This record gives sequence, C-alpha cells and structure tokens, in this order.
Amino acid sequence: MKLFFWLLCLTGLACLIGLAVGAVAIPPRAVLAALLSPDAPSAAIVRQIRLPRLLLAFVVGGGLGVSGAALQALVRNPLADPYLLGISGGAGLAAVLAMALGVSGAWGIPLIAFLGGLGAVALVYRLSTVAGRRLDPRVLLLAGVIVSGFTGALMTAVLTLSTAEQLRNAFLWLVGGFSGASWRTLAIFVAYALLPLVLLFGAARALDLLSLGEEPAQSLGLDAPRARRLVYLATSLLTAASVAVCGVVGFVGLVAPHALRGLLGPGHRRLLPAVFIASGGFLVLADALARTVARPTELPVGVVTALVGVPLFAVLLHRTLR
Amino acid sequence: MSLRARGISVRYPGAPREALIDTDLALEPGELLAVVGPNGCGKTTLVRALLGLLPLQRGAVTLDGRTIAEWSPPELAHVVALLPQREETPFSWRVEEMVGFGRYARRGPLSPLTSEDHAAVRRALERCDAGELTGRRVETLSGGEWQRVRIARALAQEPRILMLDEPTAQLDLGHEMELFELVRGLVAEGLGALVVTHHLSLAARYASRMLLLEQGRAVAAGPPAEVIRAELLSRVFRWPVSILPLPDGTPQVIPLRSPPESRDYP
Repeated sequence: MKLFFWLLCLTGLACLIGLAVGAVAIPPRAVLAALLSPDAPSAAIVRQIRLPRLLLAFVVGGGLGVSGAALQALVRNPLADPYLLGISGGAGLAAVLAMALGVSGAWGIPLIAFLGGLGAVALVYRLSTVAGRRLDPRVLLLAGVIVSGFTGALMTAVLTLSTAEQLRNAFLWLVGGFSGASWRTLAIFVAYALLPLVLLFGAARALDLLSLGEEPAQSLGLDAPRARRLVYLATSLLTAASVAVCGVVGFVGLVAPHALRGLLGPGHRRLLPAVFIASGGFLVLADALARTVARPTELPVGVVTALVGVPLFAVLLHRTLR
Repeated sequence: MSLRARGISVRYPGAPREALIDTDLALEPGELLAVVGPNGCGKTTLVRALLGLLPLQRGAVTLDGRTIAEWSPPELAHVVALLPQREETPFSWRVEEMVGFGRYARRGPLSPLTSEDHAAVRRALERCDAGELTGRRVETLSGGEWQRVRIARALAQEPRILMLDEPTAQLDLGHEMELFELVRGLVAEGLGALVVTHHLSLAARYASRMLLLEQGRAVAAGPPAEVIRAELLSRVFRWPVSILPLPDGTPQVIPLRSPPESRDYP
C-alpha cells in the first residue's frame, strides 16, 4: 500500500510536469489555476491541448505496460513486450494499409489494427514453434524481431508508394507521438481499451499460473488454452488501440513490470495495477521529454521510450540468458 | 475414487506412429502404481492422456465413472494433482506463494486465499518437511528443496490421486528415498499414486503394481514380481540385467557389464 501511495505521488508529479512543459512553459501554479477555472489565463492550452494529451499518454502507457506484464507471464519471459513480439508492427501495418486504401474513420482503424496485431502474433507463435513442440522463449523473441522487421519494411513501402492524403504525416505517426491527441482520440482509445484492461486485471491469478507453464497451470485447475487465448486477444486489442491513436511506441511494456516485480514480487493481483500507474506515468514523462528536449521541434515519443528501453532490454537480456 | 483407462491410443499430430497404443490401466485408492519403460516409450504421454490433456485416437479414460473430458480443469484439480516432469518459472515466487497455487481450484480466479487455504499450505509444507523453506524465493532452492516444494503444492490441492512424472530424476539417493517414503505414507492414508520412474529397483520396493511400457505398448503389468523379470527387462531396455531378490523377496534389478557387441536383443 505504501508503494502504491508513492507511485501515485510520482505519477501526480509526472502529470504536473506534463501539463507545465511544452512549446509554451506554464508555471505549475498557473496549471493548477487553469485546471480549477476555465477562465484562467492558460486554460485553453491546458484544458484543450495538454490535458487530453496527458490523459491519452497515461492510459496508453498503462495499457502497454499491462500488456507487457501479461505477455511476459504468458510467454514466461521477462523480455516480452507488445512491440518486441511483433504485435505493434502487425497492428501498425494493418492501420497503414487501411489508410492507404482510403479507409477513414477513427473508430474503424483500431479494429483493423487489432486484426493486424492478431495476425502478427499468430505468425510469431507459428515461427517460434517451428523448431519443436516446446516453445523456446529465445526463439520467440527472435521470431518477434523477424516479424517486426518484416512489417516495418512493408509499412515503409506502403508509405512511400501511397499518395493517400491521410498518410502525409504517417511517418511521424509511425514512430509514435501524441501530437494528434484530442478529447476524441482519448474517448476512442478508452472505449477500446476498457474491456481488455478489465479482462486482464480479472485474469491476474490466471497469469500467475500461466507463468508456471501450460501443463502445471492446467493441472492446478486453470483452463490454460482458454486463458492463453484471452491474454493474446486482450493484449492484441490493447496494443492495436494504442497503435491506432499514437503509432508504434516500443518498450513501454518492459520498464515498469521489471522494476515493480523487484519491489512487489511477481503476483499479478498487485503487480498489474501498479504497472498500469507506473507505465502511465512513464509515458507521460517520456512525452514531456519528447516535447521539450529539441524545442520547438517535437521528438516522436517512441524515440524517447526506445532510448530508455533498449539499454534496459540489454541488461535484462544479459540476466535472462546468463 | 478410481482412475481407469481402457485401450487408449494417442498419436501426436504429424507423428509417423502412435505414441501410446491400446493401453489399459487402473489406479485404485491406497495403491502405488509405478510406470516404467525406456526413454520415449510413452510414459509422459500416458500421464498426459490420463489427465485429458491429449486427444485420444481410441479408448477412454474415466475418473470415478465419468469420462475425463467431462471434468472441468478446476473440478479435476480438486481430485487429481500432477507433478510435471519439467517446470521452470521466470519469476521469483516465494515458496508459500508457489504452494498457494495449489489452492487455485478451490478459490477460483478472483477471491484471495482464506485462512483455511493458508492452513492447508502450511500443512502441505510440513508434510513435505519443507516448513523451514517458507519465505525463500524459489530460485534459491536446491533441486531437492524445489521438488519438495512442488510436491507440497500438489498436496495443497488436497487430491485423492497424485501423479508424479519422474519425481526423483535430479535427486540424490537420500532425497530420492525421502520422496518415495513420503509417497508411501500418503498412499497408506488412502491416496492413489502413479509414479513414472526410471528407478526399477525402487519401483519394485515401493509399488503395489507396475506397468512396463515399450514403444507405446504395455508389455507387462501386475505386482513387481511379475514385471521385474530378467529376460523381459533385458529385451525392453536392450541391456542385459540380472535379478537379485532382497532378503524380503523384493526383486532388485542389477544391470550387467557387457561388451557393446552383445547388445543385440531381439
């Protein structure tokens, strides 16, 4: 409980920073005034631009974090992440294809991205079991990287060849960013993310058992194939929804689960809520950083998460394979 | 509660031959059944088929008169506990959390463990002489300690039937004997136990009945004296053995030294 208190404090601080920094710096006192009163001097910027952006970054971060933690239990590898397993790439490719083919509608893109994510995860799974019946976590990661590379190449091809109006800024969207955030995109994301989040939180103890392996889980009374399907579907939908609103942001699912498992233990009933809050705060901070380091140019937030995530991945890889 | 298999056959997808062929088996309460046979003869497949984890080509498995497929996973976990051969977890669980997983089927996915569950966990740990391991992280345990914790988890399920797949494969002599004694004690209390093992002599001393598999087929079944026979074991394991009885008459298997060219058993 103490840890949750500190997590919330830190996240609150991250949010205050997220609202204060940007093209125009707003002092914290003015931020609070703007939040309390619509007539405050900075109210328009804070309420119409920064607040929806901050909330979107928070829930997307939380969703990606929870997806990462759930996938790590499912594939029994602390290196798993929706990005590294190719789900983000598959979702991104499907979304880009849909846009290039002229499908419009902010509500439809997440669903198409969902199908792409599912296709990618199925392909990754199939590739990683080629070597034998037993799923080797290392081969799984390799398969994820291969599928990511493939979808990345296809996305670039589609972007280069397409003349569709919507794709003009798609390159920036692809590397991930919240510059297009609005109350509407927030609503779309929440609408798609709510169900998978509830399902994953409800599957906390199933994830505990899945992390032991399919056979032990089944013999302890879990319907393991069903739980496995549920986790794949829920994480794919969550990832697809995030890709649809902010592009491909990698490594968010790696950082918080790793840090919090050391503090809270691996039990998912406590871990998942903490991961949601911490990953949300992490992405809010990453977005604040992305907006300010090269002001007035805005870095894609995916660049910032990769700069933090890749070194951590290297450390984890070293530890896992040692 | 008895477990029965009648003429069960299993073929893995894409495999050229069946991994298990027309096998019969019965396990009654208070009985220790040892399943033995060479590597790859279908022992683990048999265990998985008995638990309904594999689709059957032919035959049927029934538990308490009901087909195994009719048992839901939580229902089955109330009655049958399995110690799988291999198990690794990437996470740093505490011993009591690991054993607490044995209570999953009794509590369901959402409710936390009750004081009754914690009491069951403590009992199971003490029964396995693992009470002092409470608080330890599983990755710090030795092979013998880890195996005791996993058995404690199975006992926390409070099962009527216990299945152990090569439980002593990585244990030294002392820990191996401890484990067989533990299982014998549980069987004396009325549990039915099925133990897959490569240790023929220990199986002969502890089992009430044995089942010998060869290339997916049961080639011998019955009391140890009927299965532990020199010519049969020499043929199945493709190595000459001799049988020496202990003073109480229990047959013990002694592998002979022999030059490689004489390995030709029909």
